[in-house]
Amino acid sequence: MKELWLTAKLDIVESLRARWFAIYSLVFGGLVALLFVFGLTESRVLGFIGLSRLLVTYIQLCMAILPIFVLITTVRSVAGDREAGVFEYLLSLPVGLGAWFWGKIVGRYLVIFLPVFAAMAGAVLWALVRGIEVPWGMFGYYTALLAAMGWCFLGIGMLISALARSTDVAQGMAFMVWLTLLLFLDLILLGVMIQGQVAPEVAVGIALANPLQVFRTAALALFDPQLIVLGPSAFVILDSFGATGYKIFALLYPTAVGALCAGAGYWFFRRGDLP
Amino acid sequence: MIRFENVSKTFKRNRVLDGIGLDIGLGERVALIGSNGAGKTTLIRCLLGEYTHEGEVAVEGLAPRTERTRVLAAVGFVPQLPPPLKMPVGQLIGFAAALCNSDEKRIAALALRLGLDVEKVRQQPFVKLSGGQKQKILIAIALGRDARLLIMDEPAANLDPEARKIFFELLAERQHDTTMLISSHRLNEVASLVNRVVELDMGKVVLDDRVADDVSLSGLLDCRIRVKRSEPAFAKALAAWDFRSSADGLEWTGEVAGPDRLRFLGMTSRYVALIADLSFSETEKVSLPETAA
Repeated sequence: MKELWLTAKLDIVESLRARWFAIYSLVFGGLVALLFVFGLTESRVLGFIGLSRLLVTYIQLCMAILPIFVLITTVRSVAGDREAGVFEYLLSLPVGLGAWFWGKIVGRYLVIFLPVFAAMAGAVLWALVRGIEVPWGMFGYYTALLAAMGWCFLGIGMLISALARSTDVAQGMAFMVWLTLLLFLDLILLGVMIQGQVAPEVAVGIALANPLQVFRTAALALFDPQLIVLGPSAFVILDSFGATGYKIFALLYPTAVGALCAGAGYWFFRRGDLP
Repeated sequence: MIRFENVSKTFKRNRVLDGIGLDIGLGERVALIGSNGAGKTTLIRCLLGEYTHEGEVAVEGLAPRTERTRVLAAVGFVPQLPPPLKMPVGQLIGFAAALCNSDEKRIAALALRLGLDVEKVRQQPFVKLSGGQKQKILIAIALGRDARLLIMDEPAANLDPEARKIFFELLAERQHDTTMLISSHRLNEVASLVNRVVELDMGKVVLDDRVADDVSLSGLLDCRIRVKRSEPAFAKALAAWDFRSSADGLEWTGEVAGPDRLRFLGMTSRYVALIADLSFSETEKVSLPETAA
């Protein structure tokens, strides 16, 4: 356990020193600040419309930015260290491979989750200070959703990182994964359904296998419980899961995907040559 | 202590190690020599449990790959190329000390003996240090714990003569209870450090020879050189070895570490036309008769 925490601490300190982390924190902190600025600007006409809308907008933006940010920065973790020649020395120290790999995951997870959470928590704190009503249920669920989303893409990133032998290949693979998930959000599915080649249930099933779609739908469900904006797909989703069931699924499924990918990444990492 | 049994390693279709069989006992100081691509680094990485391989590798009966932490807890490693770590020196030392159950102060004290004050570079990224400073830090980390096996890849290549002298002393302090595996391209770089030479070529052991252990690792040689005329380049080279000159610049005296004498003679051989007389004499224990060039 000591080795795992030492590795996690090492990764955290390395990340805090890295430029990508500064940009990452600035982007999410800046997003909340911008949303506040626009919210307050609007408030001159209508009054501040509350934190709910800000949180919904924030989570939608997170879904667009967080996955690619996490993928691109994480895939450099194992592949980058291997390529730079860091492994030969650091893995000659008495640290178990499990402690090393999972320590890096723990460190990286804290580093990617805390800024997005801190930005949201900062908004809530500001609202409390200004006496604005805080939708605690929404805040709690979005926090869990962000935690699940971060874990899911961290796991995928670590799998890619363990598989790729160079940073360039790892980043290319990460981009392809993200692009594929993005394409399967709506465009391809809608096209397939329009052509009538597959049953709507199958198309919706494929969509729900896509973590990005799962998050998107879960975020929508909080302010649109009937999922009217999804059209007929909503019937399939709500009939299969129910509103509460889907909310739970939206947390558990991506967490499981992340854990499976991280586990597979560890398996590949430990069975091959390290440097 | 170390046992390689029919160890082979293939990268795609390239067989880098081919049925290596070696037994290395406690206290042996082995020079692992061979040209580029002979398989030295691959063999070391197999020994460190970093590469998968055919055959068996065991350190004190344990497989480095499956018993990593137990095996590596007893291993001090100095790589040929320092890793490009961006972390500050202080953090690297702290991380290594915590993993190896060692003491940061012990590592810092060793670095100081080698001529590097850790406090002055503690906040600097490791990668920004000079080659010699990096090597001193890595040597201090490897020797700053109770390792029973030292694996060193060209360990003294980037050290200045004074630091090399201290480095040999540090090795001498450990020679009775530590096995050493020192890799080098050239035998003359490490010949005086070792009592056994293993040469690899094309992934096979082509020479396994025990050598006379008559050079003390901590021994010092008084050296006197007389030159025919003063030559700035030679004066600069000797100054790097901490040699002092006479007023007219024609006579130089200084000390050379016993294990470093081949390297020293290698340096002087470039100026052989200038040298009128060169003599060594041991300063400790029995004095050897002077040799003159």
